[in-house]
Amino acid sequence: MQPPEDHPHVPGPSLWPVGFAVGVVVFMVGLIVSWWIAGLGALLALAFAFLWVRDLTAGTSLALAPDVEPERVAGADVPVAPGETAMVLSPSEERYPRSKFLELSTLGLGGVIGGIVTAPALGFMIAPSFLKQGTKDHDLGPLTDFPEGKYVVATFMSDPKQGEVSRRTAYVRYNGQVSGQPSFTVISNHCAHLGCPVQPNGPLEESQKKQIGDVTLIPTISIAGFGCPCHGGQYDTEGNRTSGPPVRALDRYAFSIRNGHLYVGHAFSVSHVDGAGATAKIHKWTQAFPGEPVSGWESWLYPIQPPH
Amino acid sequence: MATRKKTQKEQMQEAILYPIDWIEERSGLIGGLKYFLFRKVPGDINWFQTLGSATLTAFLVQALTGVILAMYYKPDPQNAYSSIQHITNDVWAGWLVRGMHRWGASVFIILMFLHMGRVFLFGAYKYPRELNWILGVLLLASGLAEGFTGYLLPWDQTAYWATIVGINLNGTAPFLGPFIAQFLQGGTYIDDGTIARFYAIHMLMIPGAIIALITLHLYLVIRLGVTSPPWSKEAAGTGSIVKRERTGRRGLTRPGPRRKP
Repeated sequence: MQPPEDHPHVPGPSLWPVGFAVGVVVFMVGLIVSWWIAGLGALLALAFAFLWVRDLTAGTSLALAPDVEPERVAGADVPVAPGETAMVLSPSEERYPRSKFLELSTLGLGGVIGGIVTAPALGFMIAPSFLKQGTKDHDLGPLTDFPEGKYVVATFMSDPKQGEVSRRTAYVRYNGQVSGQPSFTVISNHCAHLGCPVQPNGPLEESQKKQIGDVTLIPTISIAGFGCPCHGGQYDTEGNRTSGPPVRALDRYAFSIRNGHLYVGHAFSVSHVDGAGATAKIHKWTQAFPGEPVSGWESWLYPIQPPH
Repeated sequence: MATRKKTQKEQMQEAILYPIDWIEERSGLIGGLKYFLFRKVPGDINWFQTLGSATLTAFLVQALTGVILAMYYKPDPQNAYSSIQHITNDVWAGWLVRGMHRWGASVFIILMFLHMGRVFLFGAYKYPRELNWILGVLLLASGLAEGFTGYLLPWDQTAYWATIVGINLNGTAPFLGPFIAQFLQGGTYIDDGTIARFYAIHMLMIPGAIIALITLHLYLVIRLGVTSPPWSKEAAGTGSIVKRERTGRRGLTRPGPRRKP
């Protein structure tokens, strides 16, 4: 057998990386300019990457692995009774050595003990984030607090035990009666870009502020939609994205009416809303984190949502 | 008189050397320390080669000030902000230690990038030091994670909303993103457990990983030697003053005449 090469494997000079880099640049420019150019760039990059890798692997051990003869363990001649021929033990029939057994059992037992100790600790770290996540319905007060056709800024503690850290904000608009049932639009203030708090684009009537328990209600005078102070996302009065980086419409809260009081429930995501007010058609999806499209091919990137 | 003075000096030397010898005889640690400190380096290295030690120093400052801050900081939503105010305004020299930790964080990150730039421009990432580059990248990622988790702890408006944005950025990673985000929050929303979770990650989990990675990083520096600058005529990593058998093939680690391929 040849001794291993005594010099480092240094790949020869190659022009393929240049083509690869050009492909990547074209792809990135294409992402901004047009899908066609992006596709072209991706093809270029892939082609040159293939050529480059082929170049690198040619002439190295990856491509020219020498045929190494498998090492032979000399069969042991076991003497038997005189007159018979000696039995030859082939390597596969070699006895399983004690030292090998002890080595493997030490490693195996160590692994089992390590696993038994680690598994509950890891579970303790990870599981509570995903179990028992549900939200309780929260009372926002009597329906008479919500004038028709106007947004009211409502804040409440989703879990009063936790205090201010659990305070949520919803924009609530009473849309009047639809076939005998009151209709509400309850929009979450979490921007669909990266979760900053969107603000109503219009003045509030601070003098009309009401405080009932942990709920505060401030009516707006007239608003032209919602805007996010962090990165400039803009939404119309139904929560549809009108400009900026958000990938979908604003999330909404489910609501229910009990004993003449409005209750907000769990939040859900909305791809877009057709129409407005009581007759709007809301395209509803399971709640997703901000920045994740819920419709279109990009939503395939988020096939499973953790339990909310 | 002169002889008496000399004996006094000798006695003193003996008294100082005795415990050192005692430790060396039983552990070999002093020899190890000498081996670590008195290594040969190429003669024409310059100040750029000190960026790694500077980064290490910045990390040690962060570790020390962080441990002391942990004595006064309270990681829960009701007390976090006021405990930071207490550290800054009431505790003796609290403003200084908190300031060192706050600004030292940026120094640490900046030095890491400068160190990485030096290694890149000097070609010090090449064979046989690729593994040390990989360890360095892991250290950089850990350092940035320290910055992210530490930013929430003051629990003011900037901290809260920057962390919301940071968590949701993690959430947009394909497939696993939503799970990473929910793991970081410890639930569907940032709640009263999130700050303690970030505190534990910031001061126990990642620092442990960083210390382990730095140990490996330094081990490889000692094993492979310091790289010569590109303009050097000396061979890189000419080993230690202390003689040691080196195994492995001849190359950059063990300079010698190379065979023609």
